[in-house]
Amino acid sequence: MSAANSAHSVVEPGAASKRIAATLVILYAVITLVPLVWIFLTSIKSPPDSISYPPKILFTPSLEGYCNLFTTRTRQTPEYIAALPEPDGICDAVTRKRNMVIAGPSNFLPRFANSLIIAFGSTFLAVGLGTLAAYGFSRFKVPLADDLLFFILSTRMMPPIAVAIPIYLMYRQLGLSDTAIGMMLLYTAVNVSLAVWLLKGFIDEIPREYEEAAMIDGYSRLQAFRKVVLPQATTGIAATAIFCLIFAWNEYAFASLLTSGSAQTAPPFIPTIIGEGGQDWPAVAAGTTIFLVPILVFTILLRKQLLRGITFGAVRK
Amino acid sequence: MADVTLKGVSKSFGDKRAVEGVDLHIKDGEFVVLLGPTGAGKTTTLRLIAGLEKPDAGTISIGGRPMEGLAPAGRDVAFVFQQYSLYPHLTVYENLAFPLRSPARRMDAAAVDARVRQVAKMVRIDHKLENRSTRLSGGEMQRVAIGRALVRRPAIYLMDEPLSSLDAKLRGELRLELKRIQKELGATLLYVTHDQIEAMTMADRIGILAEGRLVQIGTPREIYADPANLHVAARLGQPHINIVPVDLLPGATPPRGATAIGARTEHIAIAASEGGNARVDWIEHLGDQNHLHIRVGAHKLVTLADPDMPVNPGDRIDLTLKNPLYFGQDGQRLV
Repeated sequence: MSAANSAHSVVEPGAASKRIAATLVILYAVITLVPLVWIFLTSIKSPPDSISYPPKILFTPSLEGYCNLFTTRTRQTPEYIAALPEPDGICDAVTRKRNMVIAGPSNFLPRFANSLIIAFGSTFLAVGLGTLAAYGFSRFKVPLADDLLFFILSTRMMPPIAVAIPIYLMYRQLGLSDTAIGMMLLYTAVNVSLAVWLLKGFIDEIPREYEEAAMIDGYSRLQAFRKVVLPQATTGIAATAIFCLIFAWNEYAFASLLTSGSAQTAPPFIPTIIGEGGQDWPAVAAGTTIFLVPILVFTILLRKQLLRGITFGAVRK
Repeated sequence: MADVTLKGVSKSFGDKRAVEGVDLHIKDGEFVVLLGPTGAGKTTTLRLIAGLEKPDAGTISIGGRPMEGLAPAGRDVAFVFQQYSLYPHLTVYENLAFPLRSPARRMDAAAVDARVRQVAKMVRIDHKLENRSTRLSGGEMQRVAIGRALVRRPAIYLMDEPLSSLDAKLRGELRLELKRIQKELGATLLYVTHDQIEAMTMADRIGILAEGRLVQIGTPREIYADPANLHVAARLGQPHINIVPVDLLPGATPPRGATAIGARTEHIAIAASEGGNARVDWIEHLGDQNHLHIRVGAHKLVTLADPDMPVNPGDRIDLTLKNPLYFGQDGQRLV
């Protein structure tokens, strides 16, 4: 065995145990992927196919779900539709087959945009504040540091719904209900505790001699922080950002209580998409599919940092 | 370059006193070595001068300028840390250029480049300038760390055991190199070590620290030949100085109050003698010399001997003292 190998494993696992491990990983992947695949398949079914029993594995793909997601429609008489000029695009054609015409855009895009702004904004704030606070806790003698850290963590010890009513009343007083800024502040407040704790661990691992060297070399503490600490903390910052983003992106309880109109995010909006005669499942599934994309892209972009971040403490030294 | 003065400097961490009432004047262009065991306050003294710690009492001035309240960046000192502390996200070149690119200096790029290459050559790391600083051997990292200090011309260089993590051969080489560079630059340098050979070979003056106090300061010769107390005497000399009772061996003329004699090799005359007062226990052959382990009554002594001296373990020999060092009850030297 080479020296490089022996540094990580004492005994190389045998072929059989490797196969077992691979099988388990694949099995786990399949189980976790089934719901996602099902959502995607539902999104390209027609409404009747989506609720047929037994469920259809083979079906003719349709864009109706996506069309319904982005539009609102009104029912018209067949005569009215027949008198219309040629349909303009796929959605127009699909809609007319159901004896309807497109009345206008749905609220999905603005809701999706709200989600993007609130989730990324709060992540940016939480990670930014968290980094500074973690640096402070890590490097300076903060009076009652342990108590403060425990207090910060304690904000996550209860389910969000337990504080939802007080926050609702507070937000109504402050005029923050149903505002993007209010949601951003709320998610920042929830995430900052996670960010401080995660990042403090990462920053503790960076020897303070680096900053001391930089400060002697002619940099102020803040400049040393930017030039020396931040570049070394990128792994931790990336990992923390992903955790914060996932929370803010998926958050449902606060969003459904505190937003209803202009600041509503996608999670409370998507389940309310109602078609004629009940839930429009293909549209809901289409919304969910699109909703998954940003987090997927963000995670893939940062996956190297995320992996290194998760195994950080174990392999650093 | 400038002189550095410490007056009555003290520093405690909690109830542990790290440095206590240190007075020290380092002349312009002088190489001063602080020698002492772990925990003697050597590193704390350096950090106090650099401004990384605030003294509880006393004043520090560099080039006549009081340093109180001044941030490290404003003090014009360069520091070599024991653990290298190279910036891991930067290359060797960027590490060396880092101090020159600081907002406090803002040298233009061409001047930075010239200076970095010159210093890289000086510390013999010019072939690895583009390497990541983490992809270096210990010796190379140490040379980069020293180089990062040398790119600047600060008032004083502060070095914290910069050679401690190198192997013996490299340490010997860099020792000479560092002394040469210091002479060439006329640099003021305060160097901390627990290695007496480094202290003896490089220092213009050695300061002996014990439990936070500066016990004695003087030229290497003075410290060796004229130690102020038992502690200082024990810091220098290989083998270790032998401490024996005053009446153990002949040849001593102890002054009043002397309770112990310090005898180094040069203070002990050995003669082969059947009825001698000592017995050879063991001989360590080091090649150019031998270490004799000798027993006198219940006391054990170690001294150097010529490899040609015809003695074997078990032989009886006669020991006589020649002008040894005398110490009183409190460990202070008596003359």
